[in-house]
Amino acid sequence: MSNQEKHWEKSRSLLFITLAIWFIFSIGIFLFGAEMNEVTGPFGYPWTYWFTCQGSLGAFVILIFWFANRQEKIDEEFGFSEREDE
Amino acid sequence: MKGSNFIDNLPKVYGIYTGGFIGFIIIMAIAEQMGMSAKAIGIAFVAFTVFIYALIGWLSRTAQADAYYVAGRQVPTVFNGMATAADWMSGASFVAMAGGIYFKGYGYMALLVGWTGGYVLVASLLAPYLRKFGCYTVPDFIGTRYGGNLARFSAVVVLTVASFTYVTAQINATGTIASVALDIPFQYAVYIGLISILLCSMLGGMRGVTWTQVAQYIVLIIAYLLPVFWISNKMGAGFFPHFMLADEVARIGELEQQFGFVANSKENLAMVPKGLAGITKAHSAVNATPWAFISLALAMMMGTASLPHVMMRYFTTPSVKAARKSVGWSLFFIFLLYSSAPMLATLSKLSLIDPNLSTGIIGKTFAEVEAIDWYQNWNQANLMFISDFNGNGTVELNEFFMGGKAVVLATPEIAGLPYVISGLVAAGGMAAAMSTADGLILAIANAISHDVYYKIIDPKAETAKRLVVARVLLVVIGFAGATIAAMEIQGILGSVIWAFDFAMSGLFFPLVLGVWWKRANRQGAIAGMLGGLAAGTWYLVWVRTGGSGFLGITQLTFGIFGSAVSLVAMIVVSLMTQEPDKATQKMVDEVRVPSGKTILGKQ
Repeated sequence: MSNQEKHWEKSRSLLFITLAIWFIFSIGIFLFGAEMNEVTGPFGYPWTYWFTCQGSLGAFVILIFWFANRQEKIDEEFGFSEREDE
Repeated sequence: MKGSNFIDNLPKVYGIYTGGFIGFIIIMAIAEQMGMSAKAIGIAFVAFTVFIYALIGWLSRTAQADAYYVAGRQVPTVFNGMATAADWMSGASFVAMAGGIYFKGYGYMALLVGWTGGYVLVASLLAPYLRKFGCYTVPDFIGTRYGGNLARFSAVVVLTVASFTYVTAQINATGTIASVALDIPFQYAVYIGLISILLCSMLGGMRGVTWTQVAQYIVLIIAYLLPVFWISNKMGAGFFPHFMLADEVARIGELEQQFGFVANSKENLAMVPKGLAGITKAHSAVNATPWAFISLALAMMMGTASLPHVMMRYFTTPSVKAARKSVGWSLFFIFLLYSSAPMLATLSKLSLIDPNLSTGIIGKTFAEVEAIDWYQNWNQANLMFISDFNGNGTVELNEFFMGGKAVVLATPEIAGLPYVISGLVAAGGMAAAMSTADGLILAIANAISHDVYYKIIDPKAETAKRLVVARVLLVVIGFAGATIAAMEIQGILGSVIWAFDFAMSGLFFPLVLGVWWKRANRQGAIAGMLGGLAAGTWYLVWVRTGGSGFLGITQLTFGIFGSAVSLVAMIVVSLMTQEPDKATQKMVDEVRVPSGKTILGKQ
């Protein structure tokens, strides 16, 4: 397998992990919205309510930065990172 | 505003700008104490901020194609994040979102999850690869990846349908705010809004829009957060509302139980002015089925990843790496506002319905409420209404009606904040609507000038001529949007959500598969774009004209049907026709590697 193919394979697995986490916070947990809302969560808000106000939103922010860093590492590993950068 | 010197000085420039704006707020506050009228303050806020944007727009003027279309590809990550956040958060997010949460509760919160979750798709599936491509517009990517004028033209069609649906709502919002703040009729205010919008984008194109959007983000975020924190502190609900409103949320639940959601009869509701709603949905309880919630969130997420005015912001970063990070920053800046909207809704609702609070009106007599100053003001503005349906003389939960906009616009006044805050909120709403309108008009005008005029009609046109065409189109599209906005067909939020559905119906899969599926070819992409758009439009028309729909897909989520058709059409047609040639496959391989020159830069 060429260097480029390996790079793409790793990038693709990172995509699947990222999308899996995305799926949990955007869709998965809301399958159980009613049940989860019965339980008190962070700062005393009901869990589902908290997820819709802050939890899922914050998780997405962290997920994107995590993804960007992982992808940069992959690019570096295969020598594909950009040189002139800020 | 030229060269790297300006880029290096950005933190300083915007630091001074922010300080200046805060100084302006303080001056206005002092002027109010000294007797400046509310109307004059409103005018000063809107006029001052719009003047600054116009100044930035003028300073950013350019005659270079690269600067006009992609701001010279040198916008730093964090600033591009701010610009995207302003581009993204429309007048609807600013003025109507807290109101939506206030009235519809959980079912509406799907929009918050959808409008943020979509950025994960943008960051992982599209933005870095489109940046590597080096295109000027989204149809530029489609046209080069799949080849051929028909593919390019189909992308322009989808882009125009989606963005135009969206832009009329934004011009409408600028008109609404301008008409309230400047106290002029809506029909004229719409055009004043339009002229302000064009001042930002006409001379500098994407460069002008970028730097005004950063300035607009700063205004809108201050205008949103300051009142939320102030109200929360004034009510004694907590100095950092986001972490401290659990008791208030629980108290609303208690009161809702105590008052009960009594349904009003049809005859009674007929007396309520149009556009006003009563509190009929629980604040924090789960009141939508999982599918209703998830389908709406999913439609908004896929729509986010297909809207060209957002995608094109990531063409302006210096590198692929920066494009990825920039998506993270965009969402962070969006998060600041979105996570505050539910808090504002909570504070607003509690202050109105809690009889223990001095501002609460439920349980008071009608004479008492009608004597309140702010009630009179907002009743006159057609945003509040009470009526004694059961004739017992006191206001019940189902006898109080309010417009969605009032949550943002009226809460500061109800909580007893000085008028300067209301002026600030008007400036913030204006900034939010203007920045989004600018991004949208530019996306449409650039697609038509670059993809239709330059790439299809006259490939030999000189830069100067291309930019003249681009600017003429900008004005024409702006006026078309304003003319339709002046007719007031749809409410602000309705048409915003439709734009997402149109975009995802036609563009989501052709864009994503263009990067992630090498086998996708021209015929497949055209079938996907036109088939998806046609199917989505058909479904919308069908449901609007009394069709029952299926699978619980409503007129707000018709993109789910459209994009499913698009996906199937694209795969089937691609597999039935020849695979793309070697050169195209090699191009896709190169897009997947961040380093090296952009694809289009090589030609």
